[in-house]
Formats: sequence, structure tokens, C-alpha cells
Amino acid sequence: MTAMIRKLALGLTGLLALGTGASAQDLSWEDVQAEADGQTVYFHAWGGEPRINAYIQWAAREVERDYGVRVIHVKVEDTATVVSQVLAEKSVGKDSGGAVDLIWINGENFASMKANGLLADEGWAETLPNWQYVDVENKPTVRIDFTVPTDGQESPWGMAKLVFMYDSARIDTPPATLEDLATYAVNNPGRFAYPQPPNFFGTTFLKQVLVSTVTDPSVLSRELDPAVFDETVAPMFAYLDTLQTHLWRQGKAFPKNAAHMRQLLADGELDISFSFNPADASGAIANGELPPSVRTFVLDGGTLGNTHFVAIPYNSSNQAGAKLFADYLLSPMAQSRKQDPEIWGDPTVLNVAALPETEKALFDALDLGPATLTPEELGPVLPEPHPSWVSALEEAWLERYGTGAN
Amino acid sequence: MKLPGVSAAVLTVLLAGPVATGLAATVLPAFGYLPVLGSSSFTAAPFTDLLQEPGFAASLFLSFSTGLGATLVSLALVIWFTASWYRTRTFQRVTRFLSPILSVPHAAAAIGISFLIAPSGFLVRLVSPWATGWDRPPDVLILNDPMGLAMTGGLIAKEVPFLFLMMLAALNRPYLGDYMKAGESLGYGKTAAFLHLILPQLYPLLRLPILAVLAYATSVVDVALLLGPTTPAPLAPRLVVWMNDPDLTKRLMASAGALVQIALTGLAILTYLLIELVVRKRHKAFLESGRRNRSDRFVRVSGLTLMSGLITVTTASLLLLVIWSMAKSWWFPAALPQRWDLGLIGSALSMNQAALGYTISLGLAAAFISTVLTLWHLEASSRDPKTRLLSFLVFLPLVLPQIGFLFGLKMLFLAIGWDGTAFAVLLAHLVFVLPYAILALTDPYTRLDPRYEKAAIALGKSRLSVFLNIKAPLLLKPILTTFAVALAVSVGQYLPTLMIGAGRVVTITTESVALASGGNRQITALFALLQLLVPLAGFLVAMTLPRLLFRKRIAMSGAR
Repeated sequence: MTAMIRKLALGLTGLLALGTGASAQDLSWEDVQAEADGQTVYFHAWGGEPRINAYIQWAAREVERDYGVRVIHVKVEDTATVVSQVLAEKSVGKDSGGAVDLIWINGENFASMKANGLLADEGWAETLPNWQYVDVENKPTVRIDFTVPTDGQESPWGMAKLVFMYDSARIDTPPATLEDLATYAVNNPGRFAYPQPPNFFGTTFLKQVLVSTVTDPSVLSRELDPAVFDETVAPMFAYLDTLQTHLWRQGKAFPKNAAHMRQLLADGELDISFSFNPADASGAIANGELPPSVRTFVLDGGTLGNTHFVAIPYNSSNQAGAKLFADYLLSPMAQSRKQDPEIWGDPTVLNVAALPETEKALFDALDLGPATLTPEELGPVLPEPHPSWVSALEEAWLERYGTGAN
Repeated sequence: MKLPGVSAAVLTVLLAGPVATGLAATVLPAFGYLPVLGSSSFTAAPFTDLLQEPGFAASLFLSFSTGLGATLVSLALVIWFTASWYRTRTFQRVTRFLSPILSVPHAAAAIGISFLIAPSGFLVRLVSPWATGWDRPPDVLILNDPMGLAMTGGLIAKEVPFLFLMMLAALNRPYLGDYMKAGESLGYGKTAAFLHLILPQLYPLLRLPILAVLAYATSVVDVALLLGPTTPAPLAPRLVVWMNDPDLTKRLMASAGALVQIALTGLAILTYLLIELVVRKRHKAFLESGRRNRSDRFVRVSGLTLMSGLITVTTASLLLLVIWSMAKSWWFPAALPQRWDLGLIGSALSMNQAALGYTISLGLAAAFISTVLTLWHLEASSRDPKTRLLSFLVFLPLVLPQIGFLFGLKMLFLAIGWDGTAFAVLLAHLVFVLPYAILALTDPYTRLDPRYEKAAIALGKSRLSVFLNIKAPLLLKPILTTFAVALAVSVGQYLPTLMIGAGRVVTITTESVALASGGNRQITALFALLQLLVPLAGFLVAMTLPRLLFRKRIAMSGAR
């Protein structure tokens, strides 16, 4: 029964796409569909979360059934290895038949692939039929990835926002500001930590502190100027210095990543953990990975937020299939399913208010779970700094806390 | 006869070809040559960048000290125990325990050990909160300590079984009992008799395995990531980080780092050889002193304690993996899971058939090819088994850090269009599997009494018939053991499979690393177990098959 409704909804979406677009584009999309039929798409995507893997498998089944496109999820530990793969292929002149057809990507990795000419031609993402539903207006990060314009070389998949998790059985009122957080860490030695940069989440914490403490935020949206680096990051390091000796393991070892922190929160080693997925806590509770008393909080003044994307390498020979899958991932059906915390809990990139009634209803029916904040409670989104700051930040951090000298 | 030339040539191409081309493709970027990134002039800049990396010297020191420390302690433990318990019932029992442990991949062992000894791990849970008063885990640094003690411990737990197996193979020779008797009749204690009379005969056979362990331990990545220090980390895991940095120019520095890693491993080997020299000198002086060391009670008790401690830790770690693979929720301080979930085992098996298929087929193919090639070479060159060049070549993939030449090897396969094919992955596996096969089989083969062969040939049998009817049955146990070791080495390959497989060829090992990056302990444990399933099956077959086949021939069934 539900399968029938789903099929109907899909058919409707397809019809809508046909009815609204310009005729030239429709023709070309039909060409894409025809070309995609029978192709096999190797989708290289981080594979560390069983819920996400199951979602990808579901989406793969759908496009195989409806469009004859076979999607194989290549589970990746670190997206940078995929960038390496495409780079290696380019360096021996393998300009077609590359091993990678689609990558789950954003930020530094995207900037690097773009700068080195490793991505498929500009513009394709904005020709996808479901692009019309993307919330370009209220979610500017769907077109600007860590300050770098996407130029249609990657298609948005989901939204991320830094949120903190705590166990309400141990803490009554979570810290509301960075200063409160530092006070908490000092008063509860060994119970706060952040993952070690260059882990993505560790670097994100540095950036959150940097963005919140910097005197002139406009510096961060531009390419790094080494002349102002020390002065810009001084308040950030002053803050981290106050934390350092009060951190978990006295700052001599750090959690590996956000998942490790979640585990430490569950075991009571840590009091606070964080995530880029606002529904992470709800999902982990449903999954038995966190105690039911865990809740989510954010800091006053906002937290970092960004968008994650899928991109096609320049030498993929299955670009039609990859585009078709990227489009399917953008469909209201796939996006609403993705936002369900029981399934994944990843926020949509679409403008839900502007969707046709039947599609809008899919989102309205979602139960976001006991530990998920409402969009209003999530607070303002702080922009990511330019990617060029990342390696400088990581280097400076390593020099200060990572050499065993302290 | 041309045959020895052919087999040596095949082995040379399989071993040296990939390593040499891989190395070349690493040396060029190390000196600034990587045209795809727009750098096509030679410079020493990658090396100066490397020297300026924060904590670089500390990383070098850590790689050196943990690697050498783990090797020396493992070796000492194996010699200590063997010397004091050789030719006893206890020795037989320990043998039975340690051999299967060899099939546990390094990463799986490290994961299990961290479940055991972490502040929120099983040991603390057993005594909390009733005895310790801890209702939350204590904030003490056990794993990832800056000195690398946890990492050294993890390496020892894995290297002791390997060196012990090599020791067993070396012990498998005639007349050792007579030497012991001679020693004891001269008034030496058992331990002393072993150390003075038997060990010097065995040591030449142990040397290559020891150096292989040393090379591995100074350049290990997975154990370092799981148990090693991070502020800073040893060199090898940092190389992987640089190699994978989104800033692609870091690859130049990573290549320079790979060369430094090779030098560092070389230095560790030199240091070891120096220690060996000193010990030899000391030993001579000790012999000349005439001390008999008749009472070795303390040595024996402590040797057994250490060895059984090691077996207990490893077994407990594996049991924890089994429990975790069925645990949905298991939070501190619960000593057993709060919620169980058996469903994941079935779904993990059904969802990973492709990976399991590749693991098994690559493993069997690599083990079969390397065992057959080794036998062919030994048979073809039986008159002169020790070709210098070949023993150097065998050594090469064992002592060179994998990262040092894998990137280059990948470029080679890409250039000829083999990247991402199962065949290319198999070739890459063979580079690492073949040396172990040669290591495991050469000694038992050359030690086979040549009179059997001579008698059969004198009776008019062909060489093939001699091999099939006489040598193969006599050598069945070492051949099967070689096959099992080769299978285990192939299954354990992570970096070669990841890099050459390009995501098209995936194994349980690469899948488990990707899945473990999410920190879900149930999945991590389950895949660690899946990883050891295939090698364990291999070892079980190698242990039981000779017994079944030769039930009626006591001397050949392995029971003694």
C-alpha cells in the first residue's frame, strides 16, 4: 500500500517536472534519463553510520527499480582518499572511465577538487528537475560552500548545523554561551573535550570559537592573509588555553571524532558531546547508542552551519546516471525520508513551505524525536570561514597542543 | 636445467617489480616532482617542510622507540618462555593456544584490547562501582598515552604469537633432545642448556622474522591509530594524514616523509643488529665464565606467568568482541550489555556478501599462488636454495613501509589500466603474501631428509612422482601452515586493498575500517570478528587435516 502511494508520489513529481520546466531542458533531461538507464554509478560516501548506509541503500533500490540505474555505495573512511583517487587518475591522463562517479563532499575537499580541475563541468546541478524546490533564498549555503561558490558543480544533499548534546540526568541547565562552557569545563575537570584537529569536528570546534571571538569577522570570509593570522586567532587560543589542562585526559589525548565523543558521552566519560546533525541525539536514542535522557542544546549567538553536497568527478563515464541519482536525492520524497530521525534525521535543503501540498504533507508528518530542537530553537547560522583558514588553524593548533611539549 | 632460473625470475618480477616502480614514483614527488600539481622542478623543499612540521622529531622518536621496544620485548618473552618450558606438557598446551591467536588481525586485537583496558572498559566495570566507588569512569590516561605504552603493549600481544610460531618451526629439527641432555649432564640448568646450546642453532632462522617484525612495528598504521599517542602521533599514521590531506600539495611532503620512514626503519634495524652484536659478545664471556645456573625456578615461573597473562588478555579481548557484536546498548558501569541485539549479525552477513566474496577469493588465490610458487622455486633450486638476490628481494617488501611505495604502485596500475581490478589487487597482495610464504616454507623444506628422495630416485621414480608421493605428504603440515599464514596475511591487507582496489574491490578489512569510522561499537566488534573468521578457518584446517589424514602414522600427524 505505502509502496503504491510512494510510486504515485514519484509519478506526480515526474509529471510536475515535465509540466513546469522549459521545453529545451525537458528534452535534455529525457536524454539524461535515457542515457542513465542501465548505467552503474559508484557512489563514494562516508560509511561510518549504519543509518546513513541503510538510507543510501534504500535510495539505490528506488532508482534501480524506477530508472534502471544501479548505484553501488562505496563506503569511505575519509573523503580525502577519494580526492586522491581522482587526482591519481588525472595525473596519468585517465580522462574517462574513472573509478568514482559521485562523491559525498563539501568544504575543503570540494575547494581542492574545484581548484585542481577534478570536477565535472559547471552548472549541471542547477539543471536537475528537483533543483526548483531547493531553498536558495533562505539557505544561501546551498550555493556557497564554505565561502566558495559551487557554480553548479555540486548538488546540495542536506543541511548541517553544529549542536551540542548533554545528558539531562547529569546536567540540569546546559551552558548557554562559550564563556559558560569554559566555566563548566574548569569546574568539572576531565568532562569536556573536543576531537583532535585535523578531524573535521575538532576543526569545527576551533572555527566555532574563532567565529565567536574574532574582532573583525569579515577577515574570515576572505582568503587567508598570513599577515593577520596570529592577531586574528589570538582570542581563540586564549580561550582554548583556559580549557586545555581541564580537558578530558588533561588534554594529553583527544577523542578521535564526533562518534567517539558520543560513545564517551554514553559511558559517562564526558558530559558534553557535539554533532553536525541536529537530530543525531534522537536518532542515537532510537538506536540504543545514547541513553534516553540525552538532550540537545546550542549556544547563544548561533553556531556554525553548512551544507553537504554530492559532486561528479570530471572523468566519470556514468555522468547521466550520477545526475539522475543526485536528482533523486533532491526529490521531496527522498528528502523527507532523510529528515526522519528514525531513518537518518538530516535536515532538508528544500524550501518546504513552497512545496506542492502533497509533498509538503510528507514533511509535516515527520516526528523529529525527543531530543531534537525546533528550527526556531536551533538559532542563527554562523557562516564557515574561507577554506584556506583550515590548514593554518590546524597547523597552529598542532604546534601549540600537539607536540608533547606542553 | 633451466627451471631454477624461471622460478627465480617469476618471483623476482612479482616481488621487485611492484616495489621498484612504486619506490620510483615515491622518490620523484619527495624531491618536488609531481607534474599534475604543477610542480615539475626538483627541489628539497618537501624535506624542509617536513622538518618544520610541529612535533616531527617527537614522532620519529615514538616510531623508533615503540617499534624497537615492542620487538625486543616480544622476542625476549618468546625466548624466555621457550627456554624455560621447552619439552614440557605446558609448552604443548601453550602452543595450542598461541597458534590460533596468530589469525587475529592486528586491528581486531587492538580494538578488543581497548575494550578491555580503557577507563570505561571491561576491567574497570567489573569492579565498579561496588569496589571502587566509581559510578563514572575515572579520567585516567591509559589508551593513547603520549609515551606509546598502550601501543607497544598492543604490538607485543600480536608479535609474540608470530615469533613463537617461527620459533616452533625452527625447533622442529632432529637431535635437539640430545643437546639438552648433553647440557644437563654437564650440570647446566634446563633454561641455561637451552640458551647456550640450542638457541645459537635456532637464532639464524629467527633473524629474518625478527627483522620483519621490527620493520612492521616501526611503520604500523592501524594499531597506532587505535592505541597510539596522538600528541604527536608516530610517523606512519601522520604520513597517512598528509597523504590524504585535502591540500594536495601536502603529498609532496608525505612522499618525503615516506623516505624518512624507510630511513627510520633502517636505523631501527641497524640498532637491532648492534644490540645483537653486543649480546653475542656478552654471551661468549658468560659461557667462558662457566656458570651453570642450575636453579631456574624463578625464570620458569615468571616466564609462564607472563605468557599466560598474554594469552588471557588476548582471549578476554576476543570474548569482549563477541559480546559487543551482540550488544545494542552497553554503558558504563554495566558489566554486561543492557540491551542485546542479534539481528545485526545476519544483516551484516547478507549486506556484505560482495566484500566477503572478495576477501575469500583474493585470500585463497593469493595463498594458493604463493604456496605453489614457493614450492616450485624450492623444488627447482633445491641444489642451491639460498640465492642471495632472492633472499634480499623477499626481505624488501617486509622491511619497506607500505606507504613508501603503494602510491607509486597505484600510479603504475592506473597507467596500464589495471587500477580497481581484482587482478591488480591480487598482485599487490602477492607482494606482501609471498615473502611470508617463503619465510614459512623454506626451512621445513630444506630440512627434509634428502635420503628419502635419493632412495626413491635410485628406485627409478621421477622427480614429479617423488614430490607427489613422498615429499608432499611429508611436508603436508608445513605446506598447510604456509597456506594458512598466507591467507591470513592477504585478509589483513588494508592499505593495498584500499589504494589499488579504488572502491571497486572491497574486502571485509576495508569495509570494517570505513564502518568503524562512525564509532558504533557493535558494528566495529562484529566486523573485527568477521575479519578473523577466514584466517581462523585456515589455521584450523592446517592444524586438523594432517591429524585426520595421518591418524595411523604418529610421526607425521604432528602429535609427539
